[in-house]
Order: sequence, then C-alpha cells, then structure tokens
Amino acid sequence: MFTRHRGSEGRRPSRYGNGETQVHLRGLLTENLSLNVEKSGATAATGGSSVTYGRPAPSESAVVGGEYEGRRGLPGAAGRPPSGMTQSVVVQVGQCGNQIGCCFWDLALREHAAVNQKGIYDEAISSFFRNVDTRVVGDGGSISKGKICSLKARAVLIDMEEGVVNEILQGPLRDVFDSKQLITDISGSGNNWAVGHKVFGSLYQEQILEKLRKSAEHCDCLQCFFIIHSMGGGTGSGLGTFLLKVLEDEFPEVYRFVTSIYPSGEDDVITSPYNSILAMKELNEHADCVLPIDNQSLFDIISKIELMMNSGKLGTVIKPKSLVTSSAGTSKKRQEKPFDKMNNIVANLLLNLTSSARFEGSLNMDLNEISMNLVPFPQLHYLVSSLTPLYTLADVNIPPRRLDQMFSDAFSKDHQLIRADPKHSLYLACALMVRGNVQISDLRRNIERLKPSLQFVSWNQEGWKTSLCSVPPVGHTHSLLALANNTCVKPTFIELRERFMRLYKKKAHLHHYLQIEGMEEGCFTEAVSSLSALIQEYNQLDATKSLPVEDIPRLSVAV
Amino acid sequence: MSIVTVQLGQCGNQIGFEVFDALFSDSHCPQKFCSKRENEAYQASCKERFFSEEEDGVPVARAVLVDMEPKVINQTLSRAAHSGRWKYGQHSHLCQKQGSGNNWAYGYSVHGPRHEESIMNLIQKEVEKCDSLSGFFIVMSMAGGTGSGLGAFLTQNLQDQYSNSLKMNQIIWPYGTGEVIVQNYNSILTLSHLYRSSDALLVHENDAVHKICAKLMNIKQISFRDINQVLAHQLGSVFQPTYSGEGSFHYRRNPLGIDWQVRPPLSGLPTLGKMPLSKELHFNTSIANLVILRGKDVHSADLGAFKDPALYTSWLEPVTAFNVWKTQRAFSKYEKSAALVSNSQSLVKPLDMIVGKAWNMFASKAYLHQYTKFGIEEEDFLDGFALLEQVIASYSNL
Repeated sequence: MFTRHRGSEGRRPSRYGNGETQVHLRGLLTENLSLNVEKSGATAATGGSSVTYGRPAPSESAVVGGEYEGRRGLPGAAGRPPSGMTQSVVVQVGQCGNQIGCCFWDLALREHAAVNQKGIYDEAISSFFRNVDTRVVGDGGSISKGKICSLKARAVLIDMEEGVVNEILQGPLRDVFDSKQLITDISGSGNNWAVGHKVFGSLYQEQILEKLRKSAEHCDCLQCFFIIHSMGGGTGSGLGTFLLKVLEDEFPEVYRFVTSIYPSGEDDVITSPYNSILAMKELNEHADCVLPIDNQSLFDIISKIELMMNSGKLGTVIKPKSLVTSSAGTSKKRQEKPFDKMNNIVANLLLNLTSSARFEGSLNMDLNEISMNLVPFPQLHYLVSSLTPLYTLADVNIPPRRLDQMFSDAFSKDHQLIRADPKHSLYLACALMVRGNVQISDLRRNIERLKPSLQFVSWNQEGWKTSLCSVPPVGHTHSLLALANNTCVKPTFIELRERFMRLYKKKAHLHHYLQIEGMEEGCFTEAVSSLSALIQEYNQLDATKSLPVEDIPRLSVAV
Repeated sequence: MSIVTVQLGQCGNQIGFEVFDALFSDSHCPQKFCSKRENEAYQASCKERFFSEEEDGVPVARAVLVDMEPKVINQTLSRAAHSGRWKYGQHSHLCQKQGSGNNWAYGYSVHGPRHEESIMNLIQKEVEKCDSLSGFFIVMSMAGGTGSGLGAFLTQNLQDQYSNSLKMNQIIWPYGTGEVIVQNYNSILTLSHLYRSSDALLVHENDAVHKICAKLMNIKQISFRDINQVLAHQLGSVFQPTYSGEGSFHYRRNPLGIDWQVRPPLSGLPTLGKMPLSKELHFNTSIANLVILRGKDVHSADLGAFKDPALYTSWLEPVTAFNVWKTQRAFSKYEKSAALVSNSQSLVKPLDMIVGKAWNMFASKAYLHQYTKFGIEEEDFLDGFALLEQVIASYSNL
C-alpha cells in the first residue's frame, strides 16, 4: 500500500500539477523586491565562496537594524552589528526522501514568508537558505544581508532515478534548488540496499563529496546535516546510509540528524526487511540522532483528522493552513497528491525541531542541545517524536483547545509518528519544544501534571529538557513537539528483525544482494547482530522498570 | 567605587538587562523621604557604580556581555537601546555563532581558552573606564553550558588577573524539575570550580523566585521575564548605595564589601530573601546576616529579632555576625523596603538534592561521553563531588 520505494514499478503520478501555488508563494517573498539593477549591483557581494557575517561598516547599520524591525516591531536600533547564526544542510536521498524534502522546503518558505514581513534576508532564513544574486553568472553571488534576492535551499538532492527530481525541477520549487545541488542517475537501485550502498556509493562518492563540500562552503558556520530517506528501498536506504559514513569522515564536527521512514507491516516491497536491517547498522554506527517514522502512523493521523473533519459536528471546520498535513497552497482546491499529507507531517516535524534554533524565545534550544540532552549513551540515539496540535479549529465561537490538552496529546500513542506507546514504556529522556505564546509556568504546570503517569529511568528521574520559542507555526497560536528517548522503539526493531529472519532463514532473494561486489553473508549477520545488541540494551533498561529506585550510597567525607 | 558586571549566557544576559534596568529606574524614581541633596548623592553614587558616561549623555552600563550564540545578546542590546534611557557599550560584547550545547565541558574547555583573550580584553577596557574598581559581578546560570562552563573558566581567570578585586558570582539555581537534563552535572562542576576562585556566591533559586511570583505577587501566567524582574528587584535593593557609618551624606563606598565572617577556605553561600526570618521555631543556622533597610522610619526599626544568638552558630557572636545598613532614601516606589542577605544553612537541602541526583546519574555513567569528549574526565567529576560533600558537611555541622 505504501510504496515509498520504486524499484521496477511504473512511473508515479506527478506531484506538481498547476504552477499557481508556486506564483503565490514566490510572490509572498519577492513582492517587495523589484530587482533594481543599480541598487542590487552594489550589494552583490563575494562570488560564490564562503560568506562571512562580518561586522558591517557603520553606514550599513541602518539596514542591519532593519533586520529586526519586521520581526519584533521595534524601531531600528542603530549601531548593532549582527552575529551570524548557524546553518544546516538538508540531504534528501531517494524517492521518499526527496518527496518529503520537497514538502519541507515548501513549508519552510511559507513559514519564513509569514514571519519575515519585510523581505529582508535575516539570520533565521539563513539557517536553511542562501540569498543569491541570480544575475551573477557562475556560482551565483551570495549576498549575506539586505533584501531577499533569490532564495536557494541549502540542500543536496540525490536520487538514482530521475523521475522525482525532475518533477521537482519542473514544479513550483524549481527556483529554490540550484541545479548544481543534484546527483541523479537513471537506472535506480531496484529496491536493493547493496546496489544503493556499494554500487552507487563507490560510483558517486566523489560527486557526493564535492556537492557536500560546496554546500558547506556556502555556510558561515555549518552545524548540522539533516538526512531524509526511507529504510525499505534501495537508494534512500543504501546510498543514504553510505552518505553517513562520508559525512562522518569529512565533517566530523557537524551533527548528523537522520529522519528515517521505516517500512510498515504491509509494505509491498518484499526485500524491505533486508534493506532496513542493513541500513540500521549504519544508523547505529554513524548517526548522531535518528528520528524513526513509519507510514502507518502517519496514515492513522490523517485518518483521525479526516474523521473529525467529516463528522459534521458543529464547530469542526478547521483552518486549512493549520493542518499539520497541509501544504502551502491549500487554499485552492487542487489535485490530491498521494503522499502530500503524510510528507507534510514529517516536514512540520523538521520545522518545529529547528524553530528554537532559528527564532527567538525566552528559553532557546539549539540543535547541539538535542544531542547533548537526549543521548545518554552513544548507541541509544533513537528519538520518538510527536506533534501537537494536529489542527486548529476555524470557528471563532469555539474556544481554542486548552493549552493543557496539547501537552496531554503529545504523550498519547495516537500522536506519535511511529507505532509506539511511550506512556507504558520507560523514558530515558524527554524534550518538550514549545512554540508560541506559552510561558514557563504553563510548561512547569503540565510537567508536574503528567509526570506521575510516566516512568523515567532511575538515574534520570527528572529527565526533562524544555524550550520556549516565541514564534508559533503558521496557522497556530502555539504548538508542541515532544522528542522522547524511550524504550517504546523496541517493538519496532523487534518486529523488523522478525520479518528479516523470516526471509533470511529461507535465503529468499539473497542472491540479488550477494551478487554485488563487496557483499557477503557476513554483512547480513553483522547487521542483524548489531540490531540485536541494540535491542538487548533496551531490554536491560526495561528490566529496571519495576524495580524500586534506590539511591546509590554517597561519598563520605571527613570534616 | 565601580562594579564591572559580566553577563554570561542566555540567563546571565536576560537577567543582567533587568538588573541594570531596575538600578536605573530606582535611581531616577521621584523621592519623598529624603532631601534633594541626599537623593543627588545617591544618584551620583549609583551612577559611578554601574554606569559610565558617554558623549551623547546616555549612561552606558559598566558591563561585558558574553554568549556563544547571537540571539539573546542581540535582543538584550536592542532592548536597552530601545529604552532610550541607558544602553550597553557598542563594543562591549562578544558572541559566537554556535552555543555551548548545554555542555559544561564545551563551555569550559573549548570556548574558555578560545575566547579568553578577547573576553579579558573587553573586561580590561571596562576596568580602565573605572576610577577605582571595587570588584566584579558575574551573572550566570548553573544549568546550561555557557554561563556555567565559560563562567567557571572566566572566574578563574579573573582570580588570576585581578586577585585584589572582589569577585561575586550571581548564580541561578535551576528548577528542580528539569530545564536541562544534564543540569545536575553542570551544577556540580560549576560550584566546585567556583568554590576555588570566587569570593562570594550569591544564589537565586528559580523555584523560590517562581513561588514569589505565584504566591506573593499572584501572577497567573509566569514568564521568565517576570522571574527575572523579581530577581533584579532584589539585587537592586541590595546593590544600590547605602550609608556608611560616618554620617548621613556619605554613601558606603564598598558595595560588595561585607565582612564574610567565615573560616577559610570556605567562601559564603548566601541567600537573598525578601522577608526577615519569621517567628518559626526551627530555622537555619547562620554564619552571617546582613539586613538592608531603605525608606521611611529606618532609624526606628527594631531589629532585635536578628540579634538572637540562637540564629547563629555557637562559635560566632551575633554582634559580629549581624550587620545592618540603613538608608533613608527609599528604593524604587516602595515607602519601606527590607532586604536580607544571609549566609546560612538554607541552601544545604537544595545542594544536597543536586549532589544526590548527579551522583545517581554518575553511577550509571549516563551522558559522561558528552563530557569526556571535551576533556572533562571522571576524576574531575569525583573531585567536584568530594568538594561539595565537604561543603554540605561543614554547613550541616554549624
């Protein structure tokens, strides 16, 4: 049912129908700019090489001051030099990865357009976008500040079939991507991890390195790579994980956050368990943080929303833009694209994850804090995510859902993006990232309220990491993203292993893999034992669940 | 006598702003209970302590702002400038692009040495602007990475370079229920290091201030801004000028000066409370108490209750342990106000809790790889634990 990976199937239906949405979107951002040749000539800065956020000369401070005007409505404060923020690069691999990536860029543009009223290229936008003067031939002169000229996504798009990437390049987002950011082939990976990892890995290693280095050069201070892919196919799974090792070697200081779509039970790609397990080993060893997601959970969330919308109950009209599943142009009725809604949920996850790093708030949370707080041991870096609210009601006569309800929902199993029940498993750590008009007292009150129903590991009884970001997502007054390092991921891994063993015992389809150079049975056995070791860690933690919490005897000192 | 303030990290900068704002507001508050001359002397003294003059007449805070990521400093600078009443120096800040990631080790071992020279230069510039330097006031939190780690590093540096000046660290004790998961580790490391290089640690607990907002001030939806303003108010009422012993018009010259009657090598762990000790039967034993009274009728106030020997440890006489400063000039809009700075056992329990939780986590070795990555080893943790257990024991034995 949820064929995210292609293999030899026919062409997928095209995702991007009309170009109307595209014009609308671009208009939001560029309406303030008439590309005045004389003016812009002066600001086209360095050609292509890395841009530094230096201190501006005093005469430029007015513009700098203006950067903050739009956002906070303060009169420009002169003489305040900007200091750069960090940037992230998104690497989208395979069909699934690229489709999700596309939704992400769509929503990111919408979010920034809503926040950034004046069309000034500010630090928040710079975290994911470059500002480029397109009239400069060659690499496109990067502009570090001032008005937005043309935004380019900090992204590298990789696919071993051309279909999806070509659609992107013909669709409404074509101008957001630099043609030099793409790596494509035509033959595809045939749903074979080994083809993706070994064959295309070695074939494209140089190109991949080159594109990554280029994207890093365009960053003033690169903090994080976001990799988006699916686990069950060939390209996303194989080449996507090959990429991890490359990133680790080439950019050891930069975080690797991986968003992985795990195959559902009814996945009709027979070899998806092989691909997933082989990929898991790489995730275990080379990712800093993994956000596992499965299609079934996304689908369930969509069903839940639709049920609510169609129930016909009074006051169930939803603000279209507020849907966690909506994309930028939903005000117009357009052709329903099969995976749009599901992809948008994941896109929203990534937006919310980075919101506190991009926008201001009373308690900021940068991306490096996610890893620091949520990964107590290097191998336990799988984080279960949940997003609330899923929608906002449009009827102004119905009071907005109580803030506290949002917190409760975040812990319900219906809101998790993977089949998991964190409430009945063991928490190692939990992060609550709040956006909008929520204060520290609201946060604390809800933590106090929910704590008794949650089980935390004995050595981290107070394991909460919190952040407050003032800027809410589009269409909402507030929102919450919960990230849990919780043993509830275990069932997913166990099930995956079972499906793997069913195939492996019969050696089914194994020859497709073994015939690839560099592959041998050892790869399989190593991969599954890597997974088993991980499962064992979770088992050991779960075993401590029902034990009473004992204090370790303290140091005794002579006074 | 001037004080140079160093604001570190998100917390330090947010609070630092509120403190300067409170000091400025108070100093320009219309006064009813003292003479014009007194008020002017007060204002001049406050100005000398905390602000320097610039050509355009807008007072400039004697402060250095440091953070490893730019958002908060940018906000702080713009809020000050926007007010039009006072501002921060144009070049008095240092910020980087990437924060410390809540990692004490990163703040201490990476950011510290990397930015040591730049920060010390900024501080040196501020010091040079002062006619006479009284000391340093360092504002930081314990839970994060920059305030805590970089703060510890910096305090050590100040100890080396300005050994004759007083260093007082304003420490924010995090909420018991996490803001940051590794806050207990960060706190242990911060406190144990500060113990060796700071002269005084002024502590504010988020939980305590939160309660003040909720119970005493009845704020419904408490924000960090509310908490910071309460805190700033308390600090303001302590740090503003007070009369010295020699006659009414002579303001006490050493704002940080108090004889902390303590046995070396312990330095004080004083708490700031708004109300004097109530008539409870059981109370914390004190080493030293300072009461600061401002406003109407200060000279007739009865402070007998503070001189009760039962409040103090057996080896101290109340007359040496208790001090009171009275100033007729009122604070802000309050007719009468009182502040208590106390070096007592009241922080033993919170400290004990933090050490206990950190110890439990340490025993399981959770998160240690994040610290060893940057050169903070298990022995460093153990040193920290040992020192703090000693502090707890010493205070408990009062």
